[in-house]
Amino acid sequence: MLNRLTESLDFQSRALVLRAERQRLIASNIANADTPGYQARDFDFAHALREAVGAVPTAGAAAATHARHIAPRAGATAEANLLYARASQPQVDRNTVDMDRERASFADNSVKYEATLRFINGSVRTMLEAMKSHTQG
Amino acid sequence: MSMLHIFNVSGSAVSAQSQRLNVVASNLANADTVAGPDGKAYKARQVVFQTVLMGQAGPGGTPDPKAAGVTVSTVTEDHTPGRRVHDPKHPAADADGYVTYSNVNAVEEMVNMISASRSYQSNVEVMTTAKSLLLKTLQMGQS
Repeated sequence: MLNRLTESLDFQSRALVLRAERQRLIASNIANADTPGYQARDFDFAHALREAVGAVPTAGAAAATHARHIAPRAGATAEANLLYARASQPQVDRNTVDMDRERASFADNSVKYEATLRFINGSVRTMLEAMKSHTQG
Repeated sequence: MSMLHIFNVSGSAVSAQSQRLNVVASNLANADTVAGPDGKAYKARQVVFQTVLMGQAGPGGTPDPKAAGVTVSTVTEDHTPGRRVHDPKHPAADADGYVTYSNVNAVEEMVNMISASRSYQSNVEVMTTAKSLLLKTLQMGQS
C-alpha cells in the first residue's frame, strides 16, 4: 500500500537525479572553458530519462540470465551516453566549449530542475491532503 | 548528491582563474623592470590549465567524467627577447648603451585579465545557482 503512494513520485525523482547530473556536467563545461584540448560534453536528457524508467534498454547492458547478475546503472550514469560537443567556432587550442550555449543550457536546466522540484512538492501535498480525515480542517 | 560536486568543480575553476589573475598581476607589475645584475630581465609568465577529474563514478573508484575540474598544471615563461632601449645614462645599460626591459606585452596582459575575470564571474554564478537549487531541494515536501 505504501509503495503505491510513493510510486507516483518515482518518475519525478528519477528526472530530478538526471537533472542534477546534467547540472554538474554543464558546470564542468563552464569550469573548463579555458582549458586547452577540453571537449564539452552533454547528454540527451529525453533518452536518458527513457532509459532510467526502463522504457528502452540501458546502453551497454548485458542480458541478465541469472538472478544474481547486476544490471548496470541506468540513464546518464553510463559513459556511453555522454556525447561530445563539436566546436561551433574552431579554436586554436582545440577547446570546444561554447560559453553562450553552456550558459543557456545551464539556465534552462536549472529552471527545469526547479520545475521538477515543484512537481514533487505538489504530489506530496496532494497525498498529504488525501490522508487527512474529513473532520480535520 | 551529485549537485554537491558542482562546488568542487566550480571551486577548482575559480581557484585556477585567480591564479591566472595573479600571474597577470605580476606580469603587469614587472612590465617596466630592467635587467637585474645577472643581465636577465623579467620574463612574462603564463599559466597552463589542465582538466582534472573529480569524484568517483562507482564503488570501483574510477574517476567520473561528469565532474571535470580545472587545475594549473604548469606556469610557463615566455622566452622572447626583452625590449631593448638605447639609454647610455641608465645605470643598468650594457657596454653598447642598451637597457634590456622585460618582455611583458601590456595589451596581451589586459586581454588576459578581462578573460580571467569573466570566467571567474561565470563560475561564481554557477555556484550561486547550484546553492539556491540545493537549498530548495532541502525544503522538498515541506511547503
